[in-house]
Amino acid sequence: MMTANTEIAVDSASGLPEDADQLTAKLRHAAVAALPPERLMPDRQPAYVASWIYVFGVLTLAALAVVIATGLVLAIFGPSWWHVSTVGLFVNSLHLWSVEVFFFAMVVHLWGKFFMAAWRGRRRATWITGVVSFVVSIGAAFTGYLSQQNFDSQWIATQAKDGINSTGAGAIFNVTNFGQMLMWHIVLLPMVVVLLVAGHVLLVRLRGVVPPFAPSKSPAPESDPVPSAEEIPTGDGG
Amino acid sequence: MTRSPETTSGPGRVRRFRPDRDVEEWHGKYLPYDLVKEFLIALAVVVLLVVGLTVVFSSPDDQPATLRSWSTAQPVDFAQTAITELDGTSGTASYGPPYNQSNPGATQSIGPFSPERWFGVHHPIDTANDYVVAPLLTVPNQPALDAAVSVYTSAPASQQANWTAAYEKGVANATFTGGALQVPPGSYGPVAPMIRALTSMAQSGALDGALVSSRQFYGTDYTKPLLFLADGTYLANLGQAQHLQGSQWGMMNETGNYPGQAWLWLYTLWYQVPPMKTSSNADLQVWAIMMVLTLLLALVPFIPGLRSIPRWTRVYRLIWRRHYRDLTEEGTNTGPSPPAAGQT
Repeated sequence: MMTANTEIAVDSASGLPEDADQLTAKLRHAAVAALPPERLMPDRQPAYVASWIYVFGVLTLAALAVVIATGLVLAIFGPSWWHVSTVGLFVNSLHLWSVEVFFFAMVVHLWGKFFMAAWRGRRRATWITGVVSFVVSIGAAFTGYLSQQNFDSQWIATQAKDGINSTGAGAIFNVTNFGQMLMWHIVLLPMVVVLLVAGHVLLVRLRGVVPPFAPSKSPAPESDPVPSAEEIPTGDGG
Repeated sequence: MTRSPETTSGPGRVRRFRPDRDVEEWHGKYLPYDLVKEFLIALAVVVLLVVGLTVVFSSPDDQPATLRSWSTAQPVDFAQTAITELDGTSGTASYGPPYNQSNPGATQSIGPFSPERWFGVHHPIDTANDYVVAPLLTVPNQPALDAAVSVYTSAPASQQANWTAAYEKGVANATFTGGALQVPPGSYGPVAPMIRALTSMAQSGALDGALVSSRQFYGTDYTKPLLFLADGTYLANLGQAQHLQGSQWGMMNETGNYPGQAWLWLYTLWYQVPPMKTSSNADLQVWAIMMVLTLLLALVPFIPGLRSIPRWTRVYRLIWRRHYRDLTEEGTNTGPSPPAAGQT
């Protein structure tokens, strides 16, 4: 039985006592500790976050949102709809051009981050998830081209099969199988892209935007010995 | 900024600061930055841009090729391809895995590395039976055709080879007149009526449906008809006219004047340069190159030298030019402490 002196954590939302041993509570505590709301959705950024190059990350996200929204409309009406409907053709065109904008923004974002060496300061996972997102997005777009049911999809399938087959992947990933490619395009690959992008954005929020290089008159080789004052204790992977 | 790194937490190991791996903790100013507003503006810009591009350019939707359109437009080419399916000399018949084992030498490899061979046959295609014999057996009320097919299938392989070799020579000079394939006289045995019937079947559209790989009513696997189409010159000529051949950087193009998959430019580039340009193992070689390059890109943070390129090229001075200008003007980079809330 609880006594009057016992301190009990209370869930502020429900007003009920919190069970600290509960997995849900533990997960919530870990999530909030790793990404408190003010870090997840900050209202300020370091002063160096002031360049047009930063726009391309959010442009990529916006384009992805349009890709998904137009893809959902195409999914509602089915893969043949856009061949026989003017509205369908319009939505398909929106889908196509949003993909083009998505890749343009993502490539500029990628090279911008490369020249910022954005992996510095324990941000390697952020870089890797970004690169993998790019690669998986290529697969998602490729299967979209294969799912068009027109001459382009026929041509791309018959040409691409040789490359895919040469790797052995053709045994399970048959680019001439429309049904299989459609499922990869509208279920599997978009799901992976969205998960990767979500993880990427959370990592950006967790680690913050990479600071600029320290100003120097000439680049020094990485292996240069540095004074003991510059020796640093390591964290969890740096 | 000071040389107090961001990596100060964790166990007490000490390591040297490396500028391409580590960063200096930011002690400068934090300024208001509305991420949600930025996203909404970006979304509006993208929507306007995409709608504008759609209104102006729409999207390509060229009619697909079919066995019917092929056999109608170029019946002789269809017949010339059909005989190679029957005698096992077509591109599909001699492809190797994952379609068949008829030509192990066709498998691509780099030294002993040949994943195509290791994975083996997964979408079996016997072109003689799947593309010619089996479809012809579905034609109803044609006793003469059934008899011809029976004669062919029950003949010894050497006899079959004699008929098909003769027909392959004959059909090179064939014409299509009076609604029928006209092949110069020769010792073709049952092959001539079989190919003639297959051409008619294709022209009626029946062959398109007969080749869709499915044991159910609904079919979604177009492997067989697509590979048959790709064995002839009809599809290749259509692709050539649309600048889609591999030698035309076709892997990143699409029909019309659309940007296509421009992000595949590097993948396509390798097919234009030696030795891949003429290699029989080009596909595997290009994929191997792209796999290595992709891995290098993903692992840049771990690769000394590669990860120093941004610092050496100093493009970052352009990106953060305002920051470096402020540093120069102020002579210091230390500013007020970051706010308690909102800092990253």
